[in-house]
Amino acid sequence: MVGTGKYADFEQMCRSLEASGAEIVTVAVRRVNIADRNKESLLDHIDLKKYTLLPNTAGCYSADEAVRTCRLAREAGLSDFVKLEVLGDEKTLFPNNEELLKAAKILVKEGFTVLPYTTDDPIVCKKLEDLGCAAVMPLGAPIGSGLGIRNPYNIRIIMETVKVPVIVDAGVGTASDAAIAMELGCDGVLMNTAIAGAKDPIAMAEAMNLAVRAGRLAYLAGRIPRKLYATASSPLEGVIE
Amino acid sequence: MKVSVNGEEQIIASMSVYDFLLSIDCDPRPIAVELNCAILAKKDYRTTFLLEGDQLEIVWFVGGG
Repeated sequence: MVGTGKYADFEQMCRSLEASGAEIVTVAVRRVNIADRNKESLLDHIDLKKYTLLPNTAGCYSADEAVRTCRLAREAGLSDFVKLEVLGDEKTLFPNNEELLKAAKILVKEGFTVLPYTTDDPIVCKKLEDLGCAAVMPLGAPIGSGLGIRNPYNIRIIMETVKVPVIVDAGVGTASDAAIAMELGCDGVLMNTAIAGAKDPIAMAEAMNLAVRAGRLAYLAGRIPRKLYATASSPLEGVIE
Repeated sequence: MKVSVNGEEQIIASMSVYDFLLSIDCDPRPIAVELNCAILAKKDYRTTFLLEGDQLEIVWFVGGG
């Protein structure tokens, strides 16, 4: 899953989406610029047969704003799929979980398929699942920070706590971060800045594609346990004396 | 008459929401419209006429994460 923000132009965005192998792309809901009608619609550049559109509620700081944005998104996109994001403050962009839970409850009741962006808190994730959210999307680190998965242990506990898919959303900085999320057993990773902000977004998108696949394969393959001391790889018998 | 469109006042003639959208060169397909804080269904654009003091919000999708 990748975002569509911060690209230099539509062509770079399209090529990055393609290279990333993403199946779901997030978009934001904003006012149409009435004064400048020359701007092209984002939807003219996204092949809706190839990608599932996931409108977000980025920039919303209350449940009311987020619910309103979701209703508008449903009308514009004709789909019930929403990434619910209710922010707490501008500096950290951490979620306001109280408002998030309030909004999730209303939206589920109105028939939305709700994918909430949340803190990496297993209790909140469980509450979101109980409310009927289709997945939970704990953050790896603050949005756009590129700090990676700061608390892999919490992500593991979340996966043991909920049955719905777990998608790490935000914090990915480079390919290894995406691989770590997938190695932990997550069902997906959502990223935007890590790709769009890279020097070469298209190459980074491909790196992320490979990392997500590698991480998933490693998870399915089952890693060896960590041990403090060495275990020889070569046979101990027949050593020349 | 005066209406508010995306927070800005505009003086317009009496017309339907559909005609207004065309008058500002706005394709009605990829957008959503709120009229006085309530969603206006696409099927109602042609039959809903703007009134003095109406507040319109017109949104669409832009790049985002």
